[in-house]
Amino acid sequence: MLDIRLYMLQRLSALFMGPFVLIHIAVMIYAIQGGLSTGEILGRTQGSVTWFLFYAMFVIAVSVHSAIGLRVIVHEFLGLKGFALSTLTWTICVVLLFMGGRAVTAVTML
Amino acid sequence: MSDSVKLMDVAIWRGDATGGAYEHFEVPAQESQTILDVVSWIQQNQDANLTYRYACRVGMCGSCAMMVNGTPRWTCRTHVKKVLDGNKLTVAPLRNLPVIKDLATDMDPFFDKWVEAEGVHHPSKTRDDAIELIDPKSSARVEANTGIECINCSICYAACDTVAGNTDYLGPAALQRSWTLYNDARDADKQGILDAVSGTGGCHNCHSQGSCAVHCPNDLNPMKAIAGLKRATAMSFLKNGR
Ligand code: SF4
Ligand code: SF4
Ligand code: FES
Repeated sequence: MLDIRLYMLQRLSALFMGPFVLIHIAVMIYAIQGGLSTGEILGRTQGSVTWFLFYAMFVIAVSVHSAIGLRVIVHEFLGLKGFALSTLTWTICVVLLFMGGRAVTAVTML
Repeated sequence: MSDSVKLMDVAIWRGDATGGAYEHFEVPAQESQTILDVVSWIQQNQDANLTYRYACRVGMCGSCAMMVNGTPRWTCRTHVKKVLDGNKLTVAPLRNLPVIKDLATDMDPFFDKWVEAEGVHHPSKTRDDAIELIDPKSSARVEANTGIECINCSICYAACDTVAGNTDYLGPAALQRSWTLYNDARDADKQGILDAVSGTGGCHNCHSQGSCAVHCPNDLNPMKAIAGLKRATAMSFLKNGR
């Protein structure tokens, strides 16, 4: 249930996600050394265009990657195909985009 | 061996496309006996209606594959001693293919997918041209050679869980054939091959777990061929958008 287009999308989103995850974890470890409160974290992320762009791209990569991955699993294990499978793929992608988008705006917008 | 003949408990799947069940037979064990010998003995001595398929009996034709104790095997080259489970043998039709009757499967879907995967030669010359000289040491030829000993037995197809879960998937043997032709200097439609393996049933569905390579009786590695196709199609996608 993967044609070349979906395959490339999944590989390219993975290519983006790798460094995103590493940077996310590295910054977290670096930032909380010596203790850091929620207020202090939000003080640094809110209003930051850099963090907004970083996490926005992260969310897009995750949504695309997971939707395609789950599509394959659902097809192979439950036999869903055709229109139903495409609808499910898009729904997963949109739900993840929405949830991730909410989190990103909450943390980075003033 | 003792004088009294040892009897094996052999369960043979009997039935057709609508369903069936295992039937047990007692078969005398012999020195140097293959699974195909066991099946033939039952057909010749116990039930003449038992249906199965074979031709060469020496591992050339690829027509005798069956599930033996749950594993796909070429029955003419599988010795009973190697697979006997205690005193028991279970023989069933190949997985992932429709059953015609008893142990004979309909191999049409398997071969149809070879054609779908453009596993057919696309000539670059006519009969009037001089014969093209091929350098046997060129890297493309060396790569093509790794797949040419395939005997079309469908064992890899039966072993592949992706085939089981995705009926459109072209499967290891057909894709390996595409990769062989893609690397063949005499083939004139490389892009056609890449297009054929890039659809919803194409090479990108392979999970690279390697059951095909583990079970291929000729020690071929379709998984590696498929990885080659994935690389070639990805390059083509980045360069030409398809
Ligand atoms: S490696 Fe690919 S082709 Fe081979 S058995 Fe696994 S999924 Fe099937
Ligand atoms: S690749 Fe191996 S297992 Fe598959 S059809 Fe060819 S010989 Fe049989
Ligand atoms: S009978 Fe020909 S390969 Fe087994």
